[in-house]
Amino acid sequence: MPHGTFARFIWPSFLAMILFIALPIVSVAMQSFFVEHEQVMREVENCGPFKCTTVLQVDLEATEALKADAPLGRYNGLGTYTNRGHLAFDEVSEIWAGADSFGNFIAGVYNLPFYKALFFTLAYTFVVTPLVIVFGLLIALGVNRLPRVTKGPTIFASLLPMIVTPLIGGLILFWMVDADGIIGATLQIIFDDPDLSLKASAPLTWIMLMVYGVWHSTPFAFVVFYAGLQTVPSDTLEAAKIDGASRFQQVRYVIVPYMMPLLVFITLMQLMDNFRVLEPIVSFSAEAKARSLSWIIYNDLSGQDKLFGSAAATSMLTILGVAILLTPVLIKTWRDFNRRAV
Amino acid sequence: MSIITRLTVASTALGMTAGVAFADCPVTSGSVRILANDFPALHAVVDNAEACVGEGAEFSKNHSTKHNEIQVAALTANPAEYTTKIVANSSIVPLLNDGLIRPLDDLVAKHGQNLQPNQLIRIDGKIMAIAFMANAQHLIVRQDILDQVGKEVPTSYEEVLDVAEAIRAAGIMEYPFAMLTKSDWNLGEEVVNMYLGHGGEFFKPGTAEVSINNEQGVATLNMLKSLMEYSNPDFLTYNTGAVTPLWESGELAMAVLWGSSVGGLIDDEGSTPEIVAATKPAGAMTVAGGATPASSLWWDGFTIASNISDEDAEATFIAMVNGISDDMVMANNDKAVWLMDSYTPGLAAEGVAAAASAGANPYPMLPYMGLLHSAFFQEVPDFLQGNESAEQTLADIEAAYTAAAKEQGFLK
Amino acid sequence: MASTASKSPRLLTWFATSMIIFWLMIAIGPFVWTVWGSFKVQGDFFSKADWRNAIYGVYTLAETGGNFTGNGYFGAWIQEEFWRNVLNTSIVVVFTVVISLTLGTLGGYALARSGYRYAFWLLIAALVFRAMPHITLVSGYLLPFFEWNVWGRLSTTIVVLVAINQPFTLWMLHSFFLNIPKDMDESAMVDGCTRFQAFRHVIIPVMWPGVITTGLFSFLLAYNDFAITSMLLSSENQTMVPKIASFLTQIREQGNVMFAVSAVVSAMVPLFFLVLFFQRQIVSGLTAGAVKG
Repeated sequence: MPHGTFARFIWPSFLAMILFIALPIVSVAMQSFFVEHEQVMREVENCGPFKCTTVLQVDLEATEALKADAPLGRYNGLGTYTNRGHLAFDEVSEIWAGADSFGNFIAGVYNLPFYKALFFTLAYTFVVTPLVIVFGLLIALGVNRLPRVTKGPTIFASLLPMIVTPLIGGLILFWMVDADGIIGATLQIIFDDPDLSLKASAPLTWIMLMVYGVWHSTPFAFVVFYAGLQTVPSDTLEAAKIDGASRFQQVRYVIVPYMMPLLVFITLMQLMDNFRVLEPIVSFSAEAKARSLSWIIYNDLSGQDKLFGSAAATSMLTILGVAILLTPVLIKTWRDFNRRAV
Repeated sequence: MSIITRLTVASTALGMTAGVAFADCPVTSGSVRILANDFPALHAVVDNAEACVGEGAEFSKNHSTKHNEIQVAALTANPAEYTTKIVANSSIVPLLNDGLIRPLDDLVAKHGQNLQPNQLIRIDGKIMAIAFMANAQHLIVRQDILDQVGKEVPTSYEEVLDVAEAIRAAGIMEYPFAMLTKSDWNLGEEVVNMYLGHGGEFFKPGTAEVSINNEQGVATLNMLKSLMEYSNPDFLTYNTGAVTPLWESGELAMAVLWGSSVGGLIDDEGSTPEIVAATKPAGAMTVAGGATPASSLWWDGFTIASNISDEDAEATFIAMVNGISDDMVMANNDKAVWLMDSYTPGLAAEGVAAAASAGANPYPMLPYMGLLHSAFFQEVPDFLQGNESAEQTLADIEAAYTAAAKEQGFLK
Repeated sequence: MASTASKSPRLLTWFATSMIIFWLMIAIGPFVWTVWGSFKVQGDFFSKADWRNAIYGVYTLAETGGNFTGNGYFGAWIQEEFWRNVLNTSIVVVFTVVISLTLGTLGGYALARSGYRYAFWLLIAALVFRAMPHITLVSGYLLPFFEWNVWGRLSTTIVVLVAINQPFTLWMLHSFFLNIPKDMDESAMVDGCTRFQAFRHVIIPVMWPGVITTGLFSFLLAYNDFAITSMLLSSENQTMVPKIASFLTQIREQGNVMFAVSAVVSAMVPLFFLVLFFQRQIVSGLTAGAVKG
């Protein structure tokens, strides 16, 4: 397609992305290199309904003058990236110097907010993504075997976990897994432990979040796989059967390779979405036991005191993380693209 | 006049102020644009303000749960998106920091004759906000269970531990106590309260440097941990929404809750008559033999934006004063603990009034307090879960605060 | 009709069927529970005393005199005027889906037909754009939107949702168009059509399955969005999800959980019909496109 025609087709979409995503990303990246101005403060007396106190307040005029001089703030280079809230270079090297064993070092690093969140984020991503793919495929294979009459309702029901807003769906499940709720109480009976509480222990909270993640995302993988299954050419499958391939071998050597592009698509989307996990943590009130990178950003930006520079730095690191995760998939896409390039 | 004297004399004042409509209403020019949180008491205020806006004047309102997230951007624009923002003593701080709200002295002199002196929030001698609601955390007890174990209503956290142990020993409940300890803003508030109760200073005087890694800090954390022994192991997920159903189902004997929650506990929904009858608000408690209660006082009030015309500011002020008029208070008496004279304190207000009269501190209105609050709830869960020592946690809090305060320019 | 080779061993059939039944139970369970609970009072819905209360409705009987109550629905729809939010959601969703698909179809088609490297890099860039956490983006929008006086409007939110949706839409539609044989539009061009005419007369008639599938995902994104709509809409223009969130308890104020539960159930109803209606299209659409990645 000539450049001109291409441009004419793509400009509205391109413009929307430039204006609302690319420019904000550039501005966020810029912002992550700056910190707020020094706040000039002076002592004042504050009186409320209850009593008066002498406190520091920001001196508006003096701070205003500073702001007018440099509207972006003070240049901090990579300072925000390397401070304790992010990559924490100083703290890590301190822990390294002070640690007497490797385990000690790991424990020390794990105490730093960014690494703690990174650890959960990676664990979540690498547990949930494969499980979603496997379960999605199994369910798709299972549904494919069903009689025609039951297929429709089954597909519809299977989509339910995906179509309800995660914020609310997660909250409802959170009420159900309470020790007094139906799932929590049932688990207590199954494990014969009256004190069992999914909310009280960190490992159980992690498992709960991951199970939720799998439950929520499996329908997406299922729909895509189910659709793909409809196109597996029956003659190839027949040939495999005649050659004496077992059911498992048919799946392993015929169906899975045929659906490879689908697998790539799902992996791409799932890796990205799971790396940005946030809603389950909020809905399940799991902040004490599991924090993700997105949660750190959310925490920096919610409420009245916004740490925009800090959130900007974490966001850039998130993008970097996603890029690294997706590299293998992207290389494959590059090869495919070159193959079909004209 | 302190809140408690007002609360007790309020009923006598009722007869005199009742039914006095605000003279300046309706406003006929200018624009009134209100940004507020989304709950019934504020709906009442805003609706009454709207009633004061007549022909020729504009009115718009936005009740949003994200009001704190958007307030700075909304008021920074010129002209500001809203002419007034309803704030609390923590959320006024970012507006003050950026000079987004204007002094109200002139407007108070002109239109504020009905306001009580203690409703005027003065910062550096200038009136910056008009408070109309109060709130604080305090103890709520089940009298029947206390009677069962033969204990008095606790007045200190040490007594809470004692009573909780007695209840547990009597086999009535394994976990008789709960606080709002969800590991978000809630837990931060509990740490602030407990530290205030220990008489601690959050910052080195005259600076933004944190100073909580001290004896009071250690005692604060240890007290919280001891209390959590008597709270369900799920305590790190406990916010108001989680604790009130527990209370209503009779699974708790003592809880520290917001005064604004009491009304919901003693109504006829969600619980049995026996539990409701035995539910009693008590005062805020002291800790470690201190004199000031381990609780902080909160107010809600309205502010007027800087980046608007004087005409709009005046119209808004008149409308908002009407919003918190005596008529509004009388029609919505039980929706909040109002600061106006016409308020008749009910059972729900007892705890807040008791906390105030016992000399509880207001929540610190400092530019950098929010950063410390955030550091508290990010780091304290590790300690409460037994993952690290109190000293380590306090060091972590200081480090987290310092990193954030440097980014915000409060520290070099 | 099945040949001997494809006849399943009994064990496998049994296994597959029980797996599907198990999956259906965990997929549907929470929704059945929610729908049932929405007709109870809060005491039963939480049922802290005994979870079986939620089934029998002990408090519901005590407080309302019946086994079921529509109080939650009444409160949400009449008292809190939830229908306004439903209306706003409809407007946002319809426009977001239509605009997203229009832009996405054009762009996706161009990307699928261009063999130049920049098309690939554009796709990669779109992927990186998608990695940006939405909350960060939204916080950045606030100040400019207030300054330009466009904050709080449905139109602004629609534009933002469309833009944020574009990376996914482009990727998905691009793979659909890859699947439509090149010969089709190229032969039309040989016959003297311009690119636009070829697109209009040859591609549009055959692209619907893919467009509908992509549209469904766009629909879900706009319908379920919280991060953007809660920050960019004023209360009069608020959509359903942020409104539901405001029914829930906040830090110092108590909410009304049953309003939220009833509203959640109400919000699910249109989705049911939508999925039922488009079920066939979703599947056939995905078949057409995603197979080639």
